[in-house]
Amino acid sequence: MKYVLMFTSEPALDSAVPEEESEADVQRIFEWFETNAAHVQEGGAALHDPSTATTVRFAEQGPVVVDGPFTEAKEVIGGFSIIDVPDIDAAIALARTWPSLVRPGNAVEIRPMFEDDEVFGK
Amino acid sequence: MTPSDAVPGAAAGTASDAALGRVVRQEAAYIVAALSRMFRSIDVAEEAVADAIEEALREWRQRGVPPNPGGWITAAARHNALDRLRRDRRYSDKLELIEHRPAERSPTEMDERLPLLFGCCHPALAPQAQLALTLRAVVGLTTEQIARATLEPTATVAQRIVRAKRKIIASGIPLRVPEGADRSVRLDLVLTVISVMYDTAHLVRGGDAAADRDVADDAIWLAQVVADALPEQAEAHGLLALLLFHRSREQARAVGGNLVPLPQQNRRLWDRELIMRAQESLRRAANLRRPGRWQYHAAIAACHSDAERARETDWRQILVLYDLLLIWDRSPIVRLNRVVALAEVAGADVALAELDVLPAILRRSHLWHAVRGELLRRTGLVSEARATEQTARELAVNEAERRLLRGRVESGI
Repeated sequence: MKYVLMFTSEPALDSAVPEEESEADVQRIFEWFETNAAHVQEGGAALHDPSTATTVRFAEQGPVVVDGPFTEAKEVIGGFSIIDVPDIDAAIALARTWPSLVRPGNAVEIRPMFEDDEVFGK
Repeated sequence: MTPSDAVPGAAAGTASDAALGRVVRQEAAYIVAALSRMFRSIDVAEEAVADAIEEALREWRQRGVPPNPGGWITAAARHNALDRLRRDRRYSDKLELIEHRPAERSPTEMDERLPLLFGCCHPALAPQAQLALTLRAVVGLTTEQIARATLEPTATVAQRIVRAKRKIIASGIPLRVPEGADRSVRLDLVLTVISVMYDTAHLVRGGDAAADRDVADDAIWLAQVVADALPEQAEAHGLLALLLFHRSREQARAVGGNLVPLPQQNRRLWDRELIMRAQESLRRAANLRRPGRWQYHAAIAACHSDAERARETDWRQILVLYDLLLIWDRSPIVRLNRVVALAEVAGADVALAELDVLPAILRRSHLWHAVRGELLRRTGLVSEARATEQTARELAVNEAERRLLRGRVESGI
């Protein structure tokens, strides 16, 4: 089954991490992707922080463009990956090893993806 | 519709209906579990078994009970499930595989109900969903029966179950018993759900008499199923022992609808046979030499059962057991219970001081105030005791607050 792992963190807590340590964190994340290359699919991404975001949102008169994130969230998505593993237990086991989970405020949300035949039928 | 929906009520009194009722109780969970695994859908399995029971109701009344009633229902349910899948194109590729697999239970395999139970108690499901789904899919209660047992609106329970089943399929929650080190971690979740099931049954005020089904019995039955299927898991035997000790006091714990505290219970009303079964389970657990929280809970319950009179209770031993229990279980209710034991060993003053440093959440519970009231009374502060006992009574009226603790103050008050 395919799942999207969404990596979230709290910016207020992230900025408290000293620079050398956050560089080491990035290194560990690279290693994580190398170790788990067999399960990680093409198409994931690391995202710039929410202050760089632009949102196009519903409005009565038609979609409007606004600066910034859709909502003021304490947790922000820093990136996502698509994994292919047998079941949720395997996905949880993989998410548990995400290097940033040793830091407060970090979380990995696991969302199952629709299978092609669920969307398009057979 | 679940298997039990189709079971005839008290109105239908024929012998075949009674036989069907027995088979449903003994076999329905097995059959639902086996079909759930085979078809990877609890929904398909439940519906197939419910239809099979309806068919049995009609057939058996006309032609009598077949020689192997459980096998009859299994075969009918399997036939129904296959029939439904033939009509549903999404399953066409699995169908051939399934059609050639026998539905009979293999004696060497683990109890079929265990994988379903572990799936229902998966940590990816919310605790209330775990409980509701277990009561529905494994125990076979109807949505209405679950709503009565958990004091929730039927619509809430129904929605919870639908969502949980959807999540099992959409997010790939496997129906299997984990292997290796994961097994005991996941088993603890299963045992917690069974324990909450037992407590839930006891928290429904006057519910025992009014209910058409005793959920506490179901919880003990399920604890027995787990202990039999996983004999190497000490904690499974520990929980079974604990529930049996509690059950043994059933006749003594309420008089005229009022709960009787442990020290005042008429111990002759305690069920000796259940106590012996509990002791046997606890021995079996201890022999495995893998201590854990359920075994310590059970050991404390055993100490109470050993005392022929309340004043013969070995409180020193109980206090030691609570201290050991705290290694595994630091929940507020355990710490409150420990204070009760502490009062018996070290006196009310020491216990009062300890009570004040317990987590603040306990002050929202009538139990904390009830314990405090009793301790104040013993130290001679009668007017303060009265005030705090009043608070306890006010809080106790609110069932939701009572349920916060999900447990009972074991003793002393």
